[in-house]
Amino acid sequence: MSDDTAGHRRQRVHPARVVLHTFLIVISLAWLFPMAWALFNSFRDYGYTLQHGYLSFGGFTLDNYVDAWERGGFANSFWNSAVITVTAVVATLILSSCAAFVLARYSFRFNLGMLAVFVAANLLPPQSLLIPVYRMFRAVELPYWLSSSGSLLDSHLGVIIINVAFQTGFCTFVLSNYIKTLPKEIYESAMLDGASVWTQFAGLTVPLLRPPLAALATLQTAWIYNEFFWATVLMQSGDKFPVTSSLNNLKGSFFTDYNLLSAGSIIAALPVLAVFFILQKQFVAGLTLGATKG
Amino acid sequence: MSKITTRPRRDRSVLLSRTDRVVLGLMLGIPLIVVAGLVWGPALVTVALSLTSWDGIGGLSDIQWVGARNYVDLATIYPPFWPALWHNILWLLVLFLVFTPLGMLLAVFLDKELRATRFYQTALYLPVVLSAALVGFIWQLMYSRDQGLINALFGTSIDWYGDSTINLWAAMIANGWRHTGYIMLLYLSGLKGIDPSLREAAAIDGASQTKTYLQIIFPVMRPINIIVLTITFIEGLRAFDLAWIINRGRNGLELISTLVTTNVVGEASRIGFGSALATIMLLISSIFIVIQLRVVLKGER
Amino acid sequence: MITRNTPFSRRRLLQASGLAAGTSLLSACGGGSAGSADGVVTMGSYQSDDVPKKAFAEMMAGFTGSEVKINTIQHETFKEGINNYLQGNPDDTFTWFAGYRARYFADKGLVGDISDVWDKIDGMPDSMKVASTDSKDRQVFIPSTYYPWAVFYRPSLFRERGYTEPTTLDEWLTLSEQMKKDGITPIAFADKDGWEAMGTFDMLNLRVNGYDYHVSLMAGQEAWDGEQVKNVFKAWNQLLPFHQPDALGRTWQEASQGLIQNKSGVYVMGMFMQQQFAEADLADDLDFFVFPEVDSAIGAKVVEAPVDGFMMAAKPKDEKLAKELLAYLATPEAVGVTVKSDPSVIAANSKADQSSYNALQKKAVKVIEEAEAISQFLDRDSRPDFANTVVGPALQAFVKDPTQIDSILASVEEQKKSIFATN
Repeated sequence: MSDDTAGHRRQRVHPARVVLHTFLIVISLAWLFPMAWALFNSFRDYGYTLQHGYLSFGGFTLDNYVDAWERGGFANSFWNSAVITVTAVVATLILSSCAAFVLARYSFRFNLGMLAVFVAANLLPPQSLLIPVYRMFRAVELPYWLSSSGSLLDSHLGVIIINVAFQTGFCTFVLSNYIKTLPKEIYESAMLDGASVWTQFAGLTVPLLRPPLAALATLQTAWIYNEFFWATVLMQSGDKFPVTSSLNNLKGSFFTDYNLLSAGSIIAALPVLAVFFILQKQFVAGLTLGATKG
Repeated sequence: MSKITTRPRRDRSVLLSRTDRVVLGLMLGIPLIVVAGLVWGPALVTVALSLTSWDGIGGLSDIQWVGARNYVDLATIYPPFWPALWHNILWLLVLFLVFTPLGMLLAVFLDKELRATRFYQTALYLPVVLSAALVGFIWQLMYSRDQGLINALFGTSIDWYGDSTINLWAAMIANGWRHTGYIMLLYLSGLKGIDPSLREAAAIDGASQTKTYLQIIFPVMRPINIIVLTITFIEGLRAFDLAWIINRGRNGLELISTLVTTNVVGEASRIGFGSALATIMLLISSIFIVIQLRVVLKGER
Repeated sequence: MITRNTPFSRRRLLQASGLAAGTSLLSACGGGSAGSADGVVTMGSYQSDDVPKKAFAEMMAGFTGSEVKINTIQHETFKEGINNYLQGNPDDTFTWFAGYRARYFADKGLVGDISDVWDKIDGMPDSMKVASTDSKDRQVFIPSTYYPWAVFYRPSLFRERGYTEPTTLDEWLTLSEQMKKDGITPIAFADKDGWEAMGTFDMLNLRVNGYDYHVSLMAGQEAWDGEQVKNVFKAWNQLLPFHQPDALGRTWQEASQGLIQNKSGVYVMGMFMQQQFAEADLADDLDFFVFPEVDSAIGAKVVEAPVDGFMMAAKPKDEKLAKELLAYLATPEAVGVTVKSDPSVIAANSKADQSSYNALQKKAVKVIEEAEAISQFLDRDSRPDFANTVVGPALQAFVKDPTQIDSILASVEEQKKSIFATN
């Protein structure tokens, strides 16, 4: 499509293209630079940079990574983050695709109101909900096999639930818009075959939702993995904190050792970067937000 | 990717069996309970708590009703309140006037199927997946007074995060670094969803690219434009992570959200007072939430 | 909020872990068989940094009553979450601070009464008992270690330049003038986290208005916009031109570096600053003098020396074991482990072995023994909701623009009235 247009006008547009590419290259490099700088310094010895200043070259070492891994307690916190992120993302996507399906496919009188409840919930500031949520979680008693603290407080389950509650709104919105763009005919023929609501959802709709689900899974993984407010205020056992707090451990003692912190940062960022690169293709394709019906 | 179909406004006269109704009820009911119970319920309780004085310890019977005193106090004798509100407004304006338009512009460029577009996209949205702690720290490497790159390069000794006259701007740049990619991502996905025939028609008419964009694409993108704007507003209002990471929102980086956290979370728990601040956040948010909803719901009708 | 983030050198890390391995072996031989059935006592710890964490584990390993399960939480996170922690699912025992900060939770019924443990404790000075007692005359706290706040400097620099320790404010001003001429920042200063300047305020208030006034100001019984407090800032204003500029963006660690590099002359800090010197292998080149006298009628005999130690949750799972553990932690043997691995603190128990003390520790003991009274620290002597949300930012505002002090103090007073009005 736009390739064609570009082809037709190659002669004329050429200088503009050069300008455009220059602009994009400059911006991209500017955007990459801070991360590249952190990466660069994460491989350097602190003593070396202290002595020669950061505007130097040399002192390369892998020690920062070894130190950061041990002091940050990453082995443990990665596991915690994985448990929280994977469960929360899966639960969010299940709940929101259910809700989105109902809201997009069936018209009830309260439909718009419901969508409003979901969408707006995503936009509330989390700090303003802390105290009630905290008291509520403390009051909920759980069996010990589910939570070693005996309540939703200080348990992974609590953090998972609150993340799900916050993210379901956004996902419902995106998915319901997507479902509305699906051709209505497929549902009509399914109904003629006497397919139940559940079959229409699980058998018909969900397979078609793969692109937006992949996109949302990526975004949600990033958001929930990076979330630190709820994790810090709801957790009380040092060995249950997620990765975002590992960085804190490094900061506590070695605030001035930027190289060690750089290494910790890179370690912390790796999983979500990996997810992003793997799902990158599906990403832009899936996140249409369905809002361009014209 | 998404197909544009013209469909009747509503599916009507759908016949549902009893089982189907139960299934539908559960499919909508469970998410609804989660969201209402954990988001809306607590929000209302917070509003109620804002009229009390409470240290958050012990039973609910300790709560004293103090009426509007918290609101009066924060507007009159709480020094950080007005600066914080102003900082939120600045934060919002900078996102609105600089980084959101930049993200949109980049999306329009990247929609052109350029060579190396994947590289550009990746570079721009890498920061989006980083946590605030990482963004704050990565920029610390640039900003640090004694060990930062900027001061080393220019021989200056400016304390970018510490000087209360500039640290808000420094933080906004770091935040914009992430925000631009985020907006670019959303907008690009919107552009990809546009019917190619629109553009082809415009090209055949011989319209220039700028003209095509302004006269045809931009209007079609209206819903997503407004979503992007609302996200910008909400991000401006909810701004928290970065300021909290840098210095717990003190000394020039006060924001309403950090004031709420300082009062409610720390060892110093002034629950009533913090809730009053939170309620103010809720009220301002609701303005934008209503705008967003009107747009979303309009699209529905 | 007073932070004791503690960097250690690798060398000391090795020392400490060697130490730890040695004694845990011992305790494995000695205590293992005698241990009571399956009882485990839990300990919530803010000692999240590497070396203190190891020393802490070693100290706990010395307890023969049962296994001690340590729950380590990052230092700042622990302190910020203390309210929620104590109300939620606290460990049987946990690390905390003496003074108002301990009493506050006792008054709220969130910690347990351990008066009976105190009956068995030997060697704890009376001042420590006072600092551990709540408003109902019960003991709720076990002191472990403490450290003085003072004015630190490098003796090598003083020798080289011929400086002498000032004993009065005037002498200090003269010295600062001289340092300035010599191209040295006279007084290192940092107030990024909002608590560092509290140390200077406390010391000046103790020198200008005395201990009794300080206590009553902290309790909310004096006017912050009154003459006395203004006099404190008048004295501060004399010193302020000699303070290191741009303090609000600097951490105390960075300010300490100024001393290490001989860029700054002296630094008003807690003795934990020693760790920065140890890290730079300069532990022997650090000394201090007590904060100089401002008013000869008041003198300079009050020392600020915050006490760190342990408390018990209101409802521990095994109260008997928890109390046994606390009794053990009060012994000279237990605290000996800590003071050996961390030479920036001294033992609260006066019977603790002091033979391993370095010169700095010995001097600290002497200064504190000679003190007329001991204060804790602003955020430990006053309500936390006042100290951290009102006084901290107010001091930062003063540092930012000293000319605004009258309006700053007026605002502090109004907020104080509102906060102290609620129970």
